Amino acid sequence: MPPRTFIDAIRETLADEMRRDPTVIVLGEDVGKKGGVFLATDGLWAEFGGERVIDTPLSESMIVGTSIGAAVNGLRPVCEIQFADFIFPAFNQIVSEAARMRYRSNNGYGVPMTIRAPYGGGVHGALYHSQSVEAFFTHVPGLKVVVPSTPHDARGLLRSSIRDPDPVLFFEHKKMYRSVRGDVPDTDYTVPLGKAAITHPGTQVTVVAYGLMAHYALEAADRVADDGISAEVVDLRTLRPLDTETVLDSVRKTGKCLIVYEDNRFGGYGAEVAAIIAEEAFDYLDGPVTRVAGPEVPGVPYNHVLEEWFMVNPEKIADGIRTLAAY
Amino acid sequence: MAVTKRRATRAKGDTAAALGADLGLSTADLIEMYRLVALARAVDERMWILNRAGRIPFVISGQGHEGAQVGIAWALEKGKDWIAPFYRSIATCLTFGMSARDILTAQYATANDPSSGGRQMPGHYGSHEHNLVSVSSPVATQLLHAVGIALAAKIRKTGQVAMTSMGEGSSNQGDVHEGLNFAAIHKLPFILVVENNGYAISVPAAMQVSVADVADRASGYGIPGVVVDGADVLACYRAARDAVARARAGDGPTLIEAKVTRLTAHSSDDQQTKYRSAEELASERGHDALPRFREQLRKAGVLTDEIEANLNAAIKGTVDEATEYAEAQPDPDPSGATRYVYADSAGPDGPGAGEDG
Repeated sequence: MPPRTFIDAIRETLADEMRRDPTVIVLGEDVGKKGGVFLATDGLWAEFGGERVIDTPLSESMIVGTSIGAAVNGLRPVCEIQFADFIFPAFNQIVSEAARMRYRSNNGYGVPMTIRAPYGGGVHGALYHSQSVEAFFTHVPGLKVVVPSTPHDARGLLRSSIRDPDPVLFFEHKKMYRSVRGDVPDTDYTVPLGKAAITHPGTQVTVVAYGLMAHYALEAADRVADDGISAEVVDLRTLRPLDTETVLDSVRKTGKCLIVYEDNRFGGYGAEVAAIIAEEAFDYLDGPVTRVAGPEVPGVPYNHVLEEWFMVNPEKIADGIRTLAAY
Repeated sequence: MAVTKRRATRAKGDTAAALGADLGLSTADLIEMYRLVALARAVDERMWILNRAGRIPFVISGQGHEGAQVGIAWALEKGKDWIAPFYRSIATCLTFGMSARDILTAQYATANDPSSGGRQMPGHYGSHEHNLVSVSSPVATQLLHAVGIALAAKIRKTGQVAMTSMGEGSSNQGDVHEGLNFAAIHKLPFILVVENNGYAISVPAAMQVSVADVADRASGYGIPGVVVDGADVLACYRAARDAVARARAGDGPTLIEAKVTRLTAHSSDDQQTKYRSAEELASERGHDALPRFREQLRKAGVLTDEIEANLNAAIKGTVDEATEYAEAQPDPDPSGATRYVYADSAGPDGPGAGEDG
């Protein structure tokens, strides 16, 4: 199979899963004839028809709430929130309902549902088409949160998410849809939820990242290699459940950890990673656990100069690695 | 099974069976419906006694709603159709297969409470065995679950109907609009029942709903909106039966508004005399389905002194036994409190990733 773009991997996996399992349905805004605003569902409507590929009204709470009910009655819905920025009308359904259904019914009911949402900045999307929303959901027991960074992982993780018995939020960085390519085996492989990957082995500084930042972390690792710094990059791939062992093993080896995320820093997902390292690997640390993250403004501003100012990039990460390495 | 029970079995000239005959209800059906209304009331009254006696910490009640709940749920097929109930749905749950034990173990939050294993507040009933979706506390969220169940029924061609119920206060939530719109677009086999008891905790319906009847809103979705007297059990059954027939025929959803009354405070933590007058509370007693249905059945000769005496004794026995049973059940063990956040990897749900490490 020739190299696939990130969005190819998403689209082909959705089609494969719908062929494999007649209970898989897709619903969301513009997912039908148009194939989604990013074309992630392109071709599904033509192949599977309007009964399994449903163009919904602009009602995000309904998209998720209805998917919960459909999951309770024997389907495996994969719903799309057009932009992660618009997921908040569905917050109550995700957090109060989907996440709690199994626990509150003492295992009477589960919700096998996948919620896909494009997230992230760097695409001139401004405040409401750029957000990273993962921290709101990683906080919640009962949810699983997945952020793949490569076509290979997107395919393997989406398969696992759709087949999982519990609700999964599957966040896709929209800047990667067509800019990231990679080899994808033509097999029915899965990538298990909750397993991180070391994508660049190193010895002096651990860099923990996910999504687009996992790519930028690799670029940064190459840059600091020129300065003689050996950085190890851990691509988390799944944020909940977190693969704490892979993170801790790396930090115990390097003694230093930089956590990278695109969301604003305060209370972001990286704060939890930092806390776990502080609790579990304190004796191994040779420097503070540090973060490179977005600034404390409530969204990515539109103007390209302002957007560049906001975005974490490889050079900012490289600077963070150099500072930590010198500690 | 309600469907099979509906067949008329009366002999010609049998006045007892004449009541309900046009609805296809047999004498046995009518007696069972009455038993469910009376059982729900007896269970509910027991809950308040246990609360006031300090045995259980909280009660949320369905008194005043029972007639509508039994009449409507009777039209659905047990074991096939689905209900997403709300916190006043005791009679609904009993009609759909839950037992007095099931309701009372929920009050005590015992380990074997089938609704939640003691995890949820009383009133948050649910049973996978009986197609009753687990209740949560945010109101009206369950409407979307019922719509999704109806969507799955349509896609899977199961012939199932999904019903949800809520109060008129809850009907103001955005999920109601979103769900009715979607259900109407796709003509889903879905029924929304609004049990309008006139109050959202303390706020009267006139301050909650801009029109006299919630059912008027149905026209905005192009679906029928039906107002029915919630104290008239058979009228409620008729409305629900028609809605079920519409749903099964593929003609789409129906909104049924049952005008009921709330005979108790909102909950055991509420004092309704602060916002309702003594006169109002007294007159609301006249809108109670239990005595009205009883009179109706007695006049028709369905309920005789003997039948009623037997029913009353059986209900008292059932409630006493269920109370004793629930009182004796153990609390949940905290060692199990982390289970079922996710599907257990070893459990029947298959390869879950287990809980966060």
